Amino acid sequence: MKLLTHNMLTSKCMKGVSVGYPLAINALDVRVSEVDFNPEFIARMIPKLDWNVLYGAAESIGQLKDLPRDIIENFESNEDFLKKVHHVLMEVDIINGDLICPETGRKFPINNGIPNMLLNEDEV
Amino acid sequence: MYPCMKLKHLEQRLQDISMFDKPKIVLEQYVTPSHLGSHMLYTIQSQYGDIEGKLVADLGSGCGALSIGAAVLNASLVTGFEIDEDAIEIFQENCQDHELTNIEVIQCDVLKDIPSRFNKAFDTVLMNPPFGTKNNAGTDMKFLDTALRLSNNVVYSLHKTSTRSFILKHTESLGVKAEVLAELHYDLPSTYKFHKKKSVDIEVDFYKFSV
Repeated sequence: MKLLTHNMLTSKCMKGVSVGYPLAINALDVRVSEVDFNPEFIARMIPKLDWNVLYGAAESIGQLKDLPRDIIENFESNEDFLKKVHHVLMEVDIINGDLICPETGRKFPINNGIPNMLLNEDEV
Repeated sequence: MYPCMKLKHLEQRLQDISMFDKPKIVLEQYVTPSHLGSHMLYTIQSQYGDIEGKLVADLGSGCGALSIGAAVLNASLVTGFEIDEDAIEIFQENCQDHELTNIEVIQCDVLKDIPSRFNKAFDTVLMNPPFGTKNNAGTDMKFLDTALRLSNNVVYSLHKTSTRSFILKHTESLGVKAEVLAELHYDLPSTYKFHKKKSVDIEVDFYKFSV
């Protein structure tokens, strides 16, 4: 699971959960794999991201590298910045671990890179 | 016209995809044939440029025929949403065989577990939904409503030709522009024991919905 996906996932569909965001990450196995860099795509994604959540997620799994704390000015034209974001967003993969609902503590297992967000009948 | 891999090369890539070991009737699991899938994806990219560099979702991604095709056509990222872990396992093997790193899968129920934070997150949503023929009538419409919610631009989907007027009416009421790009013959091989004939040819429409 990439951190771009983590930036969107919530546990809001659960009964009794009001926000369910961000999900905490317990990463047991993290892999970095190369993904083609598309600067226009990354520049287009940045305004849609919750930057604090991305930063926090990367920090919590020790993959922050030198990602700036805040989005810089004129990021669209700063290839160096876009590459750093690309790396954290697209190339860091959580292979095994858990996502944890911030309100209920419910764990969503990540196995083989795939988060299992299925809820039981009594949870919806 | 937009840049696109040659159709025959795309079809060759999709022919290598492994399929369901034991398809499940309740989930109405059918594989998107490589011929059909490659023509759909080729049209979406070459005519409309809606794959390359886009954030793409595949609802009910199954063994990954459409997802892998979109990844091969250089989607920035394809996210498959699939409920069935056996299908996901095959999907992953297929991704590994194709050496693709621009694909994600989320295990969830497309009709229940996709939270509102995903609304309008994707540029392009692809799907070959369950047509809703066996004990689950209307499933494809529920998939369509979810797809329209998740997309900020377009949804490409297949629906039975027999339901066309219903679909056009439904999408018009939502203010969504619907175009039938092609009428296709979907040659379903007899996947299940209850299929009496060797294969069933059904007519499906290939749609582009603009939200």
